[in-house]
Amino acid sequence: MKEVSFGQYYPVSSFVHRVDPRLKIIFLIAYIVAIFLATSFYGLAVCAFALILIVAFSRVPVWKVLRAIRGVAFLILFTAAINIFFYRGEGDPYFSWTVFAVYKEGVLFSAFLVIRLILLVTLSSMLTYTTTPVSLCDGLESLLTPLKWIRFPVHALALIMSLALRMIPILSDETERIKSAQMARGADFSSGNPVRRVRAMIPILIPLLISAFRRADELGEAMEARCYMGDKKRTKYKKLHFTWRDLVAFLLLAAVVTGVVLLRVYVGGVI
Amino acid sequence: MNIIAEHLSYVYNAGSPFAARALDDVTLTIEEGEFFGIIGHTGSGKSTFVKHLNGLIRLPSSLKHYRRPKAKKGRPAPVEPSLRVGEYDLASRKTDFYGLRKSVGMVFQYPEAQLFAETVFDDVAFGLKSFSRGMQEEEIERAVRAAIEMVGLDYQAVRDVSPFDLSGGQKRRAAIAGVIVTRPEILILDEPAAGLDPLGKREIMDLLHRIHGDWCKTVVIVSHDMDEIAENCTRAAVFSEGRLVCVLPPKELFARAEELFSLGLDVPLTQKLCIALEKRGIKLDCNLTVDGFVRAVLAAREGTP
Repeated sequence: MKEVSFGQYYPVSSFVHRVDPRLKIIFLIAYIVAIFLATSFYGLAVCAFALILIVAFSRVPVWKVLRAIRGVAFLILFTAAINIFFYRGEGDPYFSWTVFAVYKEGVLFSAFLVIRLILLVTLSSMLTYTTTPVSLCDGLESLLTPLKWIRFPVHALALIMSLALRMIPILSDETERIKSAQMARGADFSSGNPVRRVRAMIPILIPLLISAFRRADELGEAMEARCYMGDKKRTKYKKLHFTWRDLVAFLLLAAVVTGVVLLRVYVGGVI
Repeated sequence: MNIIAEHLSYVYNAGSPFAARALDDVTLTIEEGEFFGIIGHTGSGKSTFVKHLNGLIRLPSSLKHYRRPKAKKGRPAPVEPSLRVGEYDLASRKTDFYGLRKSVGMVFQYPEAQLFAETVFDDVAFGLKSFSRGMQEEEIERAVRAAIEMVGLDYQAVRDVSPFDLSGGQKRRAAIAGVIVTRPEILILDEPAAGLDPLGKREIMDLLHRIHGDWCKTVVIVSHDMDEIAENCTRAAVFSEGRLVCVLPPKELFARAEELFSLGLDVPLTQKLCIALEKRGIKLDCNLTVDGFVRAVLAAREGTP
């Protein structure tokens, strides 16, 4: 049986892994706000420093973290290129050709944007590297609880999310098995024109769909047999508690936000 | 076609935190004409081993970007794994894996999960159409009919029926027909009788005996049902934690009951009874089938005054 490493979760135990998922989600949101509040390289430096601390205490290898950036490399390069060539600054351009012109301000501004994007992507992927999808769901459910006041089905949404996540490895296992079985019967998935390749997927998709429906049916029955009634009077198996780690993480967040805001007010934009 | 595996090793998800060694230096020969059994626990590497046999898992040396591992100082050079199935050398990059899969049929666990076509006929013909492109309609029909009848289904009654409307046992037969339709020389089955009732199990094993011989020269079954192995196989290999423990005919194999127990494996019911009787001083000579056991008991009883 193939072990499926699903999502991006990197399974080690570290300080960052054990911070409460709710706080991690809030941290990410507040951090993104802070990045956009930062108007100077100093502000970004504060954010970057916090990020380096997080990476250092997460025990996730640096190459893994860098790989997350590689995924959006195109977007980053595109943004940088647009800004370098089209930003109109004062003074003489370094270089100019038809509509393209490179100014000092343009270079600085695109460097600023690139750093911003890298920080954003890296912290988001740190969240998925250090938090299992299940506890991410738990955290999200807990954070969304206030929405129950406006009759938003928070619990159902959380259940759908966690079931979907739970089914990913099962279905990917199943896909692998059906694919092997059809390959053993001579199916060929890698040659021919696109139409042919899509048609070649039919012997995988139909059995997969049937088994997905069967599993959904069985799961529904099993839940009903255990008297599942939605969120009425349900307790949690894993309760979320705030600990000293969460306090440390919170203080770090507070420091970043305060730092960025103070720099914005007293130093202003430096581009 | 003989199957000759030497120093076969395999690691799942190599180089990641999920890395798991599934096969460890397995050397094993399965000869043409055998009804071969492979025994082992879940995770013992038995399924990984059989997946190598038709190239669903490839030897590293048959992949594109393979680099021969360098010998480290002071240590002997690592042994290159090799695997030959008939004339196919699976360690080579030039192997015709398509041809190999045609000669080595593979029936997976719960094969009914692979059914997909609108009719049983189309499903069974799928393998034939992919392996033998340009076959005549009549030829296809003849081959499909032969395969469906071989597995004990009524051709006229099921040919235009949706495979999903068949019963559980019939689905499994239809799925097996879809594999044997290309007349592979070697047929490998992973837990062919899993999830069937005792009668269904017996019928499947009878079916395999019918297939073994004229239809497929060699049959390999993977199982953890010791009775199944004892009653059907000419030889059996025991896998444990990725390693090959031993390869013996069932009678000699199950005589080493203590060793099997220590690996967390069982022995057939008949062997257990023999052991229990031996403790009470009654020694039976039994071939481990239920019928054979009954005969041995009757013979022993007549022998006593």
